[in-house]
Amino acid sequence: MKAKPRLLTALDILSFLMVLTAAGLVFYYAPVEKLMGAVQKVFYFHVATAWVGMLGFLVAAAAGIFYLRRGEEQWDIVGVSAVEISLVFFLIAIIMGSIWARPIWNTWWTWDPRLTTASIVELIYAAYMLLRSGVDDPERRARFSAIYALFGFISVPLTFISIRLLRTIHPIVIGSAEAAGQGGFNMDAPMKMAFFFSLAAFSVFFADLLWHRIRLGELKAAVESLRVKSFQEEK
Amino acid sequence: MKLYLRAVGAVIWKDFRAEWRNRENLSAMLVFSLLVILIFNFALELDLNARASLSAGVLWTTFIFAGTIGLNHSLAVEKDRGCLDGLLLAPVDRSVIYFGKAIGNLVFMLIVEAIVLPIFNFLYGFNVFQPGFLGVVILGSIGYAAVGTLLSTMVVQARTRDILLPILLFPLTLPVIIAAVRASQGFFQNLPLAEFSIWVNILVAYDLIFIAVAFMVFDYILED
Repeated sequence: MKAKPRLLTALDILSFLMVLTAAGLVFYYAPVEKLMGAVQKVFYFHVATAWVGMLGFLVAAAAGIFYLRRGEEQWDIVGVSAVEISLVFFLIAIIMGSIWARPIWNTWWTWDPRLTTASIVELIYAAYMLLRSGVDDPERRARFSAIYALFGFISVPLTFISIRLLRTIHPIVIGSAEAAGQGGFNMDAPMKMAFFFSLAAFSVFFADLLWHRIRLGELKAAVESLRVKSFQEEK
Repeated sequence: MKLYLRAVGAVIWKDFRAEWRNRENLSAMLVFSLLVILIFNFALELDLNARASLSAGVLWTTFIFAGTIGLNHSLAVEKDRGCLDGLLLAPVDRSVIYFGKAIGNLVFMLIVEAIVLPIFNFLYGFNVFQPGFLGVVILGSIGYAAVGTLLSTMVVQARTRDILLPILLFPLTLPVIIAAVRASQGFFQNLPLAEFSIWVNILVAYDLIFIAVAFMVFDYILED
């Protein structure tokens, strides 16, 4: 049994400090937005969590390709770890977006492309977990979920384009002039600083969680093989 | 290549023969589609105004639900009666099985649609016999059958197979559904083609991408 790597402990501490600093920057360093007021603060973590959600999807699809090509169990563990973490982060992003949307758009929810795509992604993750729980044979489960992660990853951009063509009110915050009327805004330097730091903090946090979860998966596999071994010895 | 096509044809032909003997699948899909149309009619109170904007959605929802029944059945039969192993023993490329099953499923969907569409025309008064619209129906069904066949091959090997297929399939085929509904609406409302040709393009792109990816990964689904 491997002990917890030192680097992982360091990463724990780093991600804790970074998220804490990001929160500090958001609340005390970045100025309050003129039109929207304090509720705009949700934006920093909203985008950061959504980013982590998409990142996990990318990692899962890449792990799926590696699994199909190489057939090594560890890629399956990477895939499921990424999806599990991103499932939670994406849900947080959706809820935060909803909290932001209520005062600004005067509604909790609209069928805008990004909101709809986000909910579809969340459903694909959920379907992925259901697929895993429905297949008992580990090797087969790994193959199927790799394929599903890949398919999901390919379909999401198409979904996004399709819904975008329907209609959009979600602001394109960075570098868009027409967004101002829909709750978009221009970021000044401290805002940008807080924003990019939040992105970095959550990316590090994601890497930390992913590592933990992969380790958990490996330990689980090790326990499983020990159990099989002792069972055979008894016989 | 010729041999490959003959093998695909053999798989399709086998499905048709089996279907011809009991007609289980087609009749279930057909009755189900008619029921869905009926239910929508009452649930949505499809009066003249609502019809113009909603019928395309009703039509595609019907096709998709019926398609799910067909897809589930198509592979469940193979699995239950141990025919999948027989198919796997055949000395052909695995993709032959995929294309054979997918084309078989597509044809079953098209047969059901060919019966439902005139009824739809009769009930709601939209002219469905426009070549462009029929093209959209075919393109949408191709995308749905391509992804659906792949996923249902996966699902029959799972423990929870009866409930899993729609959950896996619907979120992935959303682009097909949106694009097909929008394009059909364009035809129903007699808009100029240029206004909605983008949706036809999305359908074509989706079909090509997913047929290609399914072709690449199908081997992994039937590995054991």
